[in-house]
Amino acid sequence: MSTHVLDARRLICPLPVIRTQQKIESLGDGEELLVLATDPGSLHDVPAWCRVHGHQVRSSEQTDDEYHILIQVCKPMESC
Amino acid sequence: MNNPIPLENPISRKAVALISGGLDSMLAAKIIMDQGIHVEGLNFFTGFCVEGHTHAIRTKDRSKTKRNNALWVAEQLGMKLHIIDVIEEYKEIVLNPKHGYGANLNPCLDCKAFMVQKAREWMEANEFDFIITGEVVGQRPKSQRKVSMPIVARESGALDRLLRPLSANVLPPTLPEREGWVDRTKLGSITGRSRHQQIKLANNFQLVDYAQPAGGCCFLTDAYYSNKLRDLWRARGKRDYDFDDIVLLKIGRHIRPHAHFKLIVARDEGETNFLSGYRKEFTYLYTVDHPGPITLIDGETEYRDLELAARITARYSRGKDQQEVKIKVVKPNGRQHEFNVTPFGSADIPDHWFV
Ligand code: SF4
Repeated sequence: MSTHVLDARRLICPLPVIRTQQKIESLGDGEELLVLATDPGSLHDVPAWCRVHGHQVRSSEQTDDEYHILIQVCKPMESC
Repeated sequence: MNNPIPLENPISRKAVALISGGLDSMLAAKIIMDQGIHVEGLNFFTGFCVEGHTHAIRTKDRSKTKRNNALWVAEQLGMKLHIIDVIEEYKEIVLNPKHGYGANLNPCLDCKAFMVQKAREWMEANEFDFIITGEVVGQRPKSQRKVSMPIVARESGALDRLLRPLSANVLPPTLPEREGWVDRTKLGSITGRSRHQQIKLANNFQLVDYAQPAGGCCFLTDAYYSNKLRDLWRARGKRDYDFDDIVLLKIGRHIRPHAHFKLIVARDEGETNFLSGYRKEFTYLYTVDHPGPITLIDGETEYRDLELAARITARYSRGKDQQEVKIKVVKPNGRQHEFNVTPFGSADIPDHWFV
């Protein structure tokens, strides 16, 4: 399954979370989303949003001035 | 033998809570969750919210924890939180508030009615039963007076599906109370500006480390910020803004030497990096031979205005005590000029230029 990419670079918080939330609405259980962001707050906010919605953060890392967060979508009533 | 009449399954009710990230809305949600109601939170991003991003921009704040308070509340309570972008729709509230402004450009009463209306729409779309907010009777001079409470309920269309758990016992019973979805006797009767009872309640619930926003939940309550927004409207000859405008009002020194242009001068490296992201949209200046800030120009400028802008930029650079500092000006179309200027001294920039 291919990984979807969300470019949230240059967006200030909480916009990276809002865009992540909007993108995940259209994704199915088990799909992966890679979020690219530049606001350091997104390294905290995006995983926090994933935790309250039950999605799994597979990895989060900083490269130069960018943050890359890999999420696996977990939709209720489906296995994950 | 007669079949026993099957007992109707109690319907589990669902409430949507407005979550600002502060203590009151957290307590309101907690009180209702503790009655076995399924609660999910909504948090609205208007563009004016006092949240992590300005902290994330300034260099001196980079090491501070950048938590989003609304998300933090949701995690503490074990509740889903939906963050909704209302930047565009919210403009109408800021530009034309039916009930006017508070002490600054904060249209609190219209804002509350707008947010509850958005919550009502969300409630209807998602088949939830009622709305809760952390409003407390008498807490704010305009938007949380007892007479304001029915205005919010009426104008939002939420009517008696709007429950304020912290003050419910000093307000008429709402539908969730009358129908027995929630137990009114377990709701609060808090009034007034004192935070005493909320803090006691937080202790009872063993909630710690909650956010204590000073003044209000958004920049519109801030006098300096409101002045900058008024200045923007005056300079453009119309009351309007876009998202970049309201973000830029939070960043840098704003200096208006003339009605037709102003400068936004970065205060540190973090702001320089952030403002550098606007180089394609604005004419900008930077120091060539000394470390210094980036300056954006908002407005139309002539040659002599650019020279003035160069002297001001030089004043905030490391070359401020030099005889001459080299400044480059770059226009959005890519055209460049170079100036060798004598930096302004601190007394050369009149106070009234600072917006
Ligand atoms: S302080 Fe700002 S966000 Fe809060 S009610 Fe007033 S206008 Fe709305």
